[in-house]
Amino acid sequence: MTEWFRLVGARSLLFVERLGRGHLFLLRMLAVLPRVIGDFRLCAAQMYSVGVLSMQLIAVSGLTVGMVLGLQGYNTLVDFGAEQSLGQAVALSLVREMGPVLTALLFAGRAGSALTAEIGLMRVTEQLPAMEMMAVDPFRRVFAPRFLAGVISMPLLAAIFSALGVLGGVFVGVGLLGIDSGAYWSQMQAKVDIYDDILNGVIKSMVFGVVATWIAVFEGYDALPTTEGVSRATTRTVVHTAFAVLALDFILTALMFGGV
Amino acid sequence: MPAALTENNDNLVRLRGVVFKRGDRAILDGMDIDIARGKITTIMGPSGTGKTTVLRLIAGEILPSAGTVEVDGQNVPKLDRRALFALRKRMGMMFQTGALFSDLTVFENVAFPLREHTKLPENMLRDLVLMKLEAVGLRGARDLMPSELSGGMARRVAMARAIALDPMMIMYDEPFTGQDPITVGVIMKLIRLLNDNLGLTSVIVSHDVQEVSAISDYLYLIADGKVVEHGSPAALKKSPTEWVQQFLNGLADGPAAFHFPAPDYAEDLLAGVASK
Repeated sequence: MTEWFRLVGARSLLFVERLGRGHLFLLRMLAVLPRVIGDFRLCAAQMYSVGVLSMQLIAVSGLTVGMVLGLQGYNTLVDFGAEQSLGQAVALSLVREMGPVLTALLFAGRAGSALTAEIGLMRVTEQLPAMEMMAVDPFRRVFAPRFLAGVISMPLLAAIFSALGVLGGVFVGVGLLGIDSGAYWSQMQAKVDIYDDILNGVIKSMVFGVVATWIAVFEGYDALPTTEGVSRATTRTVVHTAFAVLALDFILTALMFGGV
Repeated sequence: MPAALTENNDNLVRLRGVVFKRGDRAILDGMDIDIARGKITTIMGPSGTGKTTVLRLIAGEILPSAGTVEVDGQNVPKLDRRALFALRKRMGMMFQTGALFSDLTVFENVAFPLREHTKLPENMLRDLVLMKLEAVGLRGARDLMPSELSGGMARRVAMARAIALDPMMIMYDEPFTGQDPITVGVIMKLIRLLNDNLGLTSVIVSHDVQEVSAISDYLYLIADGKVVEHGSPAALKKSPTEWVQQFLNGLADGPAAFHFPAPDYAEDLLAGVASK
């Protein structure tokens, strides 16, 4: 029994210690952020690999999710004779929930894991100590530009996801199931609010951007400098981001849309 | 140990009573080392005796538990980050693997410290990088990526990068490990040439006895966290200490035992029979 308590205690201590390291890491990144913004080239290069290269996955996912939402939404709404509201249903689900959340989950799998592996391997191959030896701060040169790139890219990717999702909904609802095009768009226009829905969705994806990129960069930095260490860190990035995004989504939804 | 360990009193690096602990285990336990300016000094010793730790202490990458580490008159552990970075701009280091940036070409790797720390016009920067690459014989390899280089070439590029900012000293971590004889010869020649032509001070960490004896001006032999012997290569060869002779001549058995501590052999075997 004492052994069990000891184990729980040790695990908890390790967890808290790691949490502390993670926050110190975030603070050090934030401290050099003004200089990274001042010299934007490094961040722009990272936005290409983190954002632009993720676009294909995000676009295809957005389109298919929109198509599925269109199909399922139609099947439910048609029972109540409310299939004209399909545009509203698809757009609200995408802008408020599916866009930010699914983009963040896909981002963790596509870009987050790559960031962790890249930084972890830079440690394995002594590139980070070499940089320190050349009196170059890896926080300014490596971590912060990647972090900023992720934070900027996430809302843009979520916007692309939602926009293509709406088009997917149009394709199924208007194109295949024969809903009136005017009704689809006008319902959407009337019921989607720029502040309540779109802005809240953007805020969500910005929060997810911070959390997902922070986890990815920190896991790479904190990985054991071995092959196995990097592989574990990559897995942790995806798992922890998924948990964090889903938990935060609930909290943010409760705060933004009330009802809890 | 006497205060001045070498005949030359003009020392660039001075370690005094340095203790470095990892957990309860002392990796370095009261170490005194002097690195003379303008000379090639090698720190030798068996694997796992903290040779690389000495380099990392000199570079201020880790802090000693006790003792002082002075580089060019500055006590490294007491420096703040800004002063430490200023000092590091005057030090070059070649890591065991080369540690080249895998996403940059050879040219950009050598240009990296120049781009970070200077605002030189592009044409001047190009000339400087080509001069550094010419010094290590790899001007023609400027457009290759690190993944296209052999181990020896990667180390030579790392040397060019280490001298990019014209440092006062350069540190080599195991420069010969795992290289073919020709590459070893090339690296030996380069270490000597760069040291003499650029007026550098070189510190090598290695356990390749023949190679470092040939190019070093002074040797330190360390074991169990302490300096066992030091002197010129010739003086060390004549050392009466049995352990030094075992290490320098690569004898399998001696004061450093071949066998890991174990119970009596016969008893151990018979114990297996008895338990059946």
